[in-house]
Parts: sequence; C-alpha cells; structure tokens
Amino acid sequence: MHAFGRLSRLALTAVAAALPLAASAADEQVNFYNWANYIADDTLPNFTKQTGIKVVYDVFDTNELLETKLLAGSTGYDVVVPGSDFMARQIKAGAFMELDKSKIPNLAKLDPVIMERLAEFDPENRYGVPYMWGTTGIGYNIDKMQEIFGKDVKIDSWEFVFNPENMKKLESCGIAVLDNPTEIYATVLNYLGKDPNKATAEDFSGVATDTMMKIRPFIRYFHSSKFITDLANGDICLAIAWSGDILQARDRAQEAKNNVNVGYTIPKEGALMWLDIMTIPKDAKHADAAHKLINYLLEPKVMAANSDAVSYANAVADSWPLIKPEVRNHEGIFPPPEVAAKLFVLKPLDQKTSRVVTRSWTRVRSGR
Amino acid sequence: MFSKLLHKQGRWLVLAVPYVWLLLFFLVPFLIVFKISLSSPELAMPPYSDMFLHEGSTVQIVLNFDNYLALFRDSLYLNSYLQSLEMAAFSTLICLAIGYPLAWVIAHSDPKLRNILLMLVVLPSWTSSLLRIYAWMNILNTNGPFNDVLLALGLISEPLELLHTNTAVYIGIVYNYLPFMVLPLYSAIMKLDHTLIEAAADLGARPLKVITSVVLPLTKSGIIAGSMLVFIPAVGEFMIPELLGGPDNLLIGRVLWQEFFNNRDWPLASAVATTMLLLLVLPMLLFQRSQNEELKGEKK
Repeated sequence: MHAFGRLSRLALTAVAAALPLAASAADEQVNFYNWANYIADDTLPNFTKQTGIKVVYDVFDTNELLETKLLAGSTGYDVVVPGSDFMARQIKAGAFMELDKSKIPNLAKLDPVIMERLAEFDPENRYGVPYMWGTTGIGYNIDKMQEIFGKDVKIDSWEFVFNPENMKKLESCGIAVLDNPTEIYATVLNYLGKDPNKATAEDFSGVATDTMMKIRPFIRYFHSSKFITDLANGDICLAIAWSGDILQARDRAQEAKNNVNVGYTIPKEGALMWLDIMTIPKDAKHADAAHKLINYLLEPKVMAANSDAVSYANAVADSWPLIKPEVRNHEGIFPPPEVAAKLFVLKPLDQKTSRVVTRSWTRVRSGR
Repeated sequence: MFSKLLHKQGRWLVLAVPYVWLLLFFLVPFLIVFKISLSSPELAMPPYSDMFLHEGSTVQIVLNFDNYLALFRDSLYLNSYLQSLEMAAFSTLICLAIGYPLAWVIAHSDPKLRNILLMLVVLPSWTSSLLRIYAWMNILNTNGPFNDVLLALGLISEPLELLHTNTAVYIGIVYNYLPFMVLPLYSAIMKLDHTLIEAAADLGARPLKVITSVVLPLTKSGIIAGSMLVFIPAVGEFMIPELLGGPDNLLIGRVLWQEFFNNRDWPLASAVATTMLLLLVLPMLLFQRSQNEELKGEKK
C-alpha cells in the first residue's frame, strides 16, 4: 500500500511536470493553410522570430478543396482562409471556433466598412477576420493584344472577352479561365446584366452556359493557379482570373526581363469582389497560437508588406498609408470609388442550384 | 509433435497476414464508402446523413438507393465511365505494343547487360510519379524542349500544341505504367523454352506462325498480368489527365472529384466510386483465374 502510494505520487508529479511542458510544446507550432501565392516570403519567418512559434505552411488553390477538408473534420490546420461565400456555408455546418477577440487587439485597426460588408456572411464578425481581398477580372499580355488588335486596342469591357470573334483571334496565343464555376458564372451573369445573387438555376444552365459555350472552343484550359507562370512566360496571352495573381505574373515577367508585359483590368461593367477570411477550425489543436498568428498578420506593417508582395488589397485601414505607391495607386488593386461602386459580392448558393452550376460547368469545361 | 503444431500454426499465421491486410485496407474502407453511398448529403460535418436513427429504444436504419439511380438519370456518368474504359484500354494496348518487344530484347540480351536494362526500366519509379508528370508538362509545353527540337530539325514550322490534349494524356499514362507491363512480360519470356521455337521452325512453321501459335500462347500469363496491372489503375487515373489533359476529357476520376468537392455530395461520389470498383472487379477476377491456371500448369 505504502509502495503503491509512493508510486502514484511519483506518477502524479511526473504528469504535473509534463503538463506545462506539453502545453508550451503544443503552443510552439501553428498550422496555416492559405491560398497559393498569397503571402510575402519573410512574413512567417519574422513571426517565428518574434514569437518563437513555428509555422507549418501549406497552400491550396480552390475553395472546394479547403471546404471538403473542413467538412471531413480533423484537418490538423489551425488557421484556414476560405472565401467569404464559402465561409458563410461552413459557419452553418459548424466548422469554426468562435474567435476570442480579446486575443486579437489588432481587430481595432480593421476598416469598419469592410467589416460591415463581411457581417452579411458572418453575423457580428464572430468567426472570421479578413485577410485580403481582390477582384476577378481580365489579365492580358499587352504587346500581344496590340499586335493582334492594333495599337489602340482597349481592353476595358467584358464585351471584349465574351465576343467569340475576339477570342477566336486569341486561340493560338492562349486563353486561360479560372476553374471556378461560382466566380465565372457570376462574372458572366453580371456581363449579361443579371444580378448573380438573384439568378435562378435556369439562368446558370441557360444563358450563362450559352455565353461561355460560344467562347469555349478558343479556351486552352481551366485552372486556378497555373495561369500565373504561363502569363509571365508568354505561354498564354489572356486570363479571366484574380487581380493579384495576374499582377504577380506581371512582376515575375519583369524580374525575368523576358519582355512580357502583363496588364490587369476591372472591366467597366463591374467585377466580382471577393474577400478571403482567416478562421480557426473548431478542432484546431493550437488555438492560442492561431490567435497570435492572426493578430500578427493584422499588424499594419506586416499587412502592408504582404500587399506589396502579392498585389492584393487588405482590410487593415492603418496599413494603407504604408503600402508602396505602385500598389496603393493601381486601379486594379485599390479601385477608385466609381469602379468600386460597380463591384459586387457573391452569396453562397443553395445545394440544388450548386449542383446545377457544377453540372453546367462540366458542360462548359468539356465543351459538350 | 510440437514441431508439427508449430508448422500448422506458422502456416496459419503466414496465411493470416495477407487476409488481415486485405480486411483492414481493402474491405473496411470499401464498406465505409459503400455505407456513405447509401446516405444523403447534408450541410454538416461530415456532410452526409446518419444511417442509424435513434428514437428512444428503437433504431431505424435509413438506406438511400437514390444515389445509384442518379447515375442513370444523367448521361454524364455513363459517358465518363466509357471514356475512362476506352482510355485505359488503348493505353494498355500501346503499353503492350511497346512493352513486349522491349521485354523480349531485355530477356534475350547478355545476362550482365540484362540487369542494367531491367534497372533502367525500374529506375524512373524511384522518383515520385507526380514529379515525372510535371517534367512531362515541361517537355510537352508549346515553348518546351520537345517543340524546340522539332523546330530546330525543321520537321515542323510551328510549335505543336501537345500539352492539354489527349495525346499528352496517352504519353503520360503509357510512360507511367510501362514498367508494370514490361516486368511480368519479361518474367514470362524468360520462362519460355526456346527449344519449342526451334522445334516449330524445324517443323516448317513460318516466323509469324511461330509467334502466333508458340510464343504468344506460352507468354499469355505475362500478357494478361501486364495488361491488368496497366488497365486497372489507368481506369481510375486522376492525376495524369488532370495535369496533362485538356478540359474536354471527362474521365471518371474527374467526375468523382466534382461530386466530392464542387457538389459536396459525398453520397453520390461514393456511389460513383462503388460502381467503378464493381466495374473493375470483373477484369480482376479474370486475372485471378489466369493466375490460377498458370499455377496449375506449373504443378503438372
């Protein structure tokens, strides 16, 4: 009995000694799942230097991939960055942990207008903090466009892209489109003068699909990350894609000095604006470190450096004056008020419409 | 007495290992997929309904067979099954056409050289196949080395568009699965008794006749084994068509991806997967039978 008592006491001390150790060891890591090409190279190393927390970084290029992992559960990630419309649905499915706002003092530095917009997706902003935002517009090889359509060509309208005559001329030099049914359909419906958030299943499978089918024969591929390299190398000359990614292609071409000049336009009919939101999965193992990482990313200096690196706008108002002028003054990144007024956001689709959208998109992709 | 017992026990143990393996890594996952295929999609984690409904002391089992019926309501599924089977079948034939002469040459070369040649067949598998397919993306690119060489040789005046076409997918699949065809063919050709070929020739058979009535029948087991090893994984291949293929190919792997990721419809995705498995069981049974026949032949 005596021996047993001593043994159990010993065991208890061992457990007690191990507990704080385990807790600090657990806090020394945070698993971050973010979009590809979406952060400056030194952001995470600097975070580790400042806090001692190791970051395991992993990337994705479609919301669907992240959503499937989240719904399956036990992702192992502590911070994930879904688009706002996907986040709204994931909140309903119970995928996230409510944020402990006392641990994120930098929330005060966020732009109230953007936070109010976000509250439509996440009431009271309980689960998410905006990371960056951008638009889905037209990226193009400036010289190739002038070569094919003449010196005075103006790519300022969706009409340019959805006119099969124009696209036919670009077939051989290469057209890429995001493999993203919800965003591309919203773009097409907006061009057709319909509100994407009020569209019926018939709008998606009918007029929107017909419009895409007319330019389909000239599209080389549908993909959501490959176009950056191809646009920078001159392997394709037009892409319907995300603002920052296209401008990163421009930067890469400039670095490579390969004489490829890339431009990005938000067409005059308006474009889809999306927000990517930092959230913490419900079963995150390093929630404390996750809050610290989110707070660090909202640091105005850090956020400004990220916007500089990836050419996306952010929601931290205090960071805006710190962003370099080429980015701050680019109309495709921080659109002027008259352009911003034409941007629209997308609400999540219901399951039935979503199925019609996927099916119609399969028709568009396969061209049948 | 004891050693006899050990012998019996040992045999049981040796037999148990593959069965436990199959049970854990094949049957159990399959049953899970099958169970999901009988539920309906829901916005939850995980995103499908529970099979068992508890209400007080009664447990109701809810089975939803609609997912299987849905496969017939839209021609998409049937078409992509057919396209996948077609692509796998042609890839297998091309592998056979390249692999058979290759295996023949290896089997008939000098023993020292033979090991090196065999090594060369297997060597590429030492790097990840994903990396090798990425290398092919580079090679086949419009501005890539393949076109550069052809242009430099003056064989073409404009670069060929190979990447994102079905040709590229065939190149990728044949390249990736060729070793699986060559190795069983090689072992079958090695076992071939050459006196039989000589005898056939001595008895007046022309070369073509020797091949069709002596060589091919005697290496049949290798042909079947190699073809199965290529065909079965090629049907469900997702990575190669996704990276090298164009958007117009609609293989079953892609359809599965869409149901799972775009539609969040795990039940229907599971029904697609279960059906594909059933489609593949048939060739696998044929393979099994030919293997058994070969074993019987050896016993004689």
